Amino acid sequence: MLEANSLKKSYGNIMAVDGVSLRAAAGETVGLLGPNGAGKTTTVSIIAGLVRPDYGSVKIGNRALAGDTDPIKRRIGLVPQDLALFDELTARDNLLLFAALYDLAGIAANRAIGEALELVGLSDRSRDRVRTYSGGMKRRLNLAVALLHDPQILLLDEPTVGVDPQSRNAIFDNLETLKQHGKTLLYTTHYMEEAERLCDRVVIIDHGRVIADDGLQGLYRMLPASNLLGIELESGVDGLALDQVRALPGVTSAEFEGGTLRVGVRDLAAETPRLLQWLVDRGHPYRHVVSERADLETVFLTLTGRSLRDA
Amino acid sequence: MKTAFRALVRKDVQLFLVDRRALLMSFAIPIAIGSFFGYVFGGQSNRQDASRIPVLLVDQDRSVISTEIGKELATERTLEVKPSDLEDARAAVRKGSVMAAVVIPPHFGEAAGAAFFGPNLKPEITVMYDPSHGAERAMVQGILTGKVMQSVSKEMFGGETGRRMVKDSLEQIGRSRVLSPEDKKTLTDLLRSVQRLNEEAVASLNPPPGSLTGGLSVPFIQREVAVTSRDNIQYNGYAHAFAGMVVQFLLFLGIDFGINLLQQRQRGLWKRFRAAPLSPAVLLGSRVVSAAIISFFVIVVNFLFARLIFGVRVEGSMAGFLGVSAAFALMTASFGLLVATLGKTPEATRGLAIFATLLAVMLGGAWIPMFLFPQWLQKVTLVMPTRWAVDGLEAMTWRGLGRSAALGPMAVLLAFALVFNLIAVTRFRWEGEG
Repeated sequence: MLEANSLKKSYGNIMAVDGVSLRAAAGETVGLLGPNGAGKTTTVSIIAGLVRPDYGSVKIGNRALAGDTDPIKRRIGLVPQDLALFDELTARDNLLLFAALYDLAGIAANRAIGEALELVGLSDRSRDRVRTYSGGMKRRLNLAVALLHDPQILLLDEPTVGVDPQSRNAIFDNLETLKQHGKTLLYTTHYMEEAERLCDRVVIIDHGRVIADDGLQGLYRMLPASNLLGIELESGVDGLALDQVRALPGVTSAEFEGGTLRVGVRDLAAETPRLLQWLVDRGHPYRHVVSERADLETVFLTLTGRSLRDA
Repeated sequence: MKTAFRALVRKDVQLFLVDRRALLMSFAIPIAIGSFFGYVFGGQSNRQDASRIPVLLVDQDRSVISTEIGKELATERTLEVKPSDLEDARAAVRKGSVMAAVVIPPHFGEAAGAAFFGPNLKPEITVMYDPSHGAERAMVQGILTGKVMQSVSKEMFGGETGRRMVKDSLEQIGRSRVLSPEDKKTLTDLLRSVQRLNEEAVASLNPPPGSLTGGLSVPFIQREVAVTSRDNIQYNGYAHAFAGMVVQFLLFLGIDFGINLLQQRQRGLWKRFRAAPLSPAVLLGSRVVSAAIISFFVIVVNFLFARLIFGVRVEGSMAGFLGVSAAFALMTASFGLLVATLGKTPEATRGLAIFATLLAVMLGGAWIPMFLFPQWLQKVTLVMPTRWAVDGLEAMTWRGLGRSAALGPMAVLLAFALVFNLIAVTRFRWEGEG
């Protein structure tokens, strides 16, 4: 459905996108994950036809995107990161305008507007000016605008930035509904939990390059451990040799983080009792134990050596 | 494509109509300032107080001649003459509350009479004036010359002072050892004729018209004809003021068009527009058309107000007026696009654009009439589109010129619009973040 091949784009000396390739099949949700400045927005802009790549091509349904007026752009719906709305107009007037950009007018426009508003739950506020909306409502309207012309592909550029958890959940529900309707979603984010909840596949991008492209399970397999234990010791970590911990069977990593011992294990159920008993036997009784599943943050950390938030 | 174009234009008009600041800048403020300037520039020209120059008269002589000069000056309809003493007059001129003060010194009448018939020392009349009113000073001097000549000659040919002067002069000629017998005879004959005239004037209280006893006066009567479109059409200062203010505030509106474009780009709206299958020509063209429609509407509403309240009429060609208005509206819209093209951020662009606009407006004669500019500057300002806009609107309103007089301004304004659009189309940066 969507195919981007070897995209390159630079601004002056800065290489924003350096050979990015990705594809998304019909009905698939692909996450584009990376820190701020990684090149996600530029990639999305190239795919949406806003920015001409220096090199590479974009294909929609096996047809290359060509030029500003290419009708194939009708198959794409863009949800920009910014709230691209006219605050001074009502939601309905905004939707009428953006529907008209795709030649939708009259009954067809009204039907499309009704459906889009219904999906995002704003039907009863359609006559209100957008400036009276909360941030979450604006985000939902921002999504609704992209749906008016019933595109097969939705490009979502960080569509939940700055919204409260309730609105975020509402947007997720909307996206899951769209997914069920067979839409292809390219979801750009730097929130791990969003990618984990929505995406069938995740493309991790850093410094303009793709550093991983796989399903969630495939990405987790890249990790030395899929589970982490955080063990708070009663006597602190003094006298405990990390090398000995790392040498234990089933243990993949061991670090001190503050006063806590963090240990990576392959099998949580099998290794945890053995590890705790080993610590007690060596005079390091534990006070508190927490377990964490490895997530995309850990994947990014493993792949780049940096945390997503620090990147 | 047409649906999108219409929707984009309609959106801009909608946004304009809900923007209170834009409405204030387009209607309330130009109307208020235009009304004020119109009043200052003479308003409707039948206003009596519009052009009277306040003048103080300090009569230190109090002779028959100086009193007569005062009376004559008071009859002048362009002057508002009031008596004063020297110190008050000087203070009033210094403060600017009057434009000039005429000081007639002691013994002026006597000395002027003596200087009238012979080579005696001429007395001085001092005109104290406000240096910021050079034109008015020249006007007062001109009027004063005529009035003094008339008053002095009247007294010399018919008054008591004149009779005494002639008698004294005859005695002086008779005693003179310098004059030749021929010169003595000629001058004696002349003065005897004057003496005879004086005696006739005393005998007759009502001298016949044209007789010298009424004094020498300017040998013509001036008939002033305001050359406007038709008879009975007078200059209306509001026409100039409204033309100037409309031009100024429309350019401010043009800046707002440009700034709005930059803000929309900053807010990501252009991404949404460009994601649609529309050409840049449609996106930019719709902006130009919507801005031109709004600008044209603003011109019409402002002049409609001027028509209803101040009687500013389109005395010339209505088609020409609408043509100039449409051309200037298009130029304003293109100017807005140029601002958006050359500007980087809204904040940085606004100040520079306002400065450029104020300069163009000032040099275009929108604030003060062009004839007050030096000649060389009047020629230089022909490169300003504002000059053509003001001239074109004035030509079609109070000057009452025909359609052909609108063609020049229209052509120039459209040429500017074309150039601005060409620059915009070739240099417009779609990617704000780039």
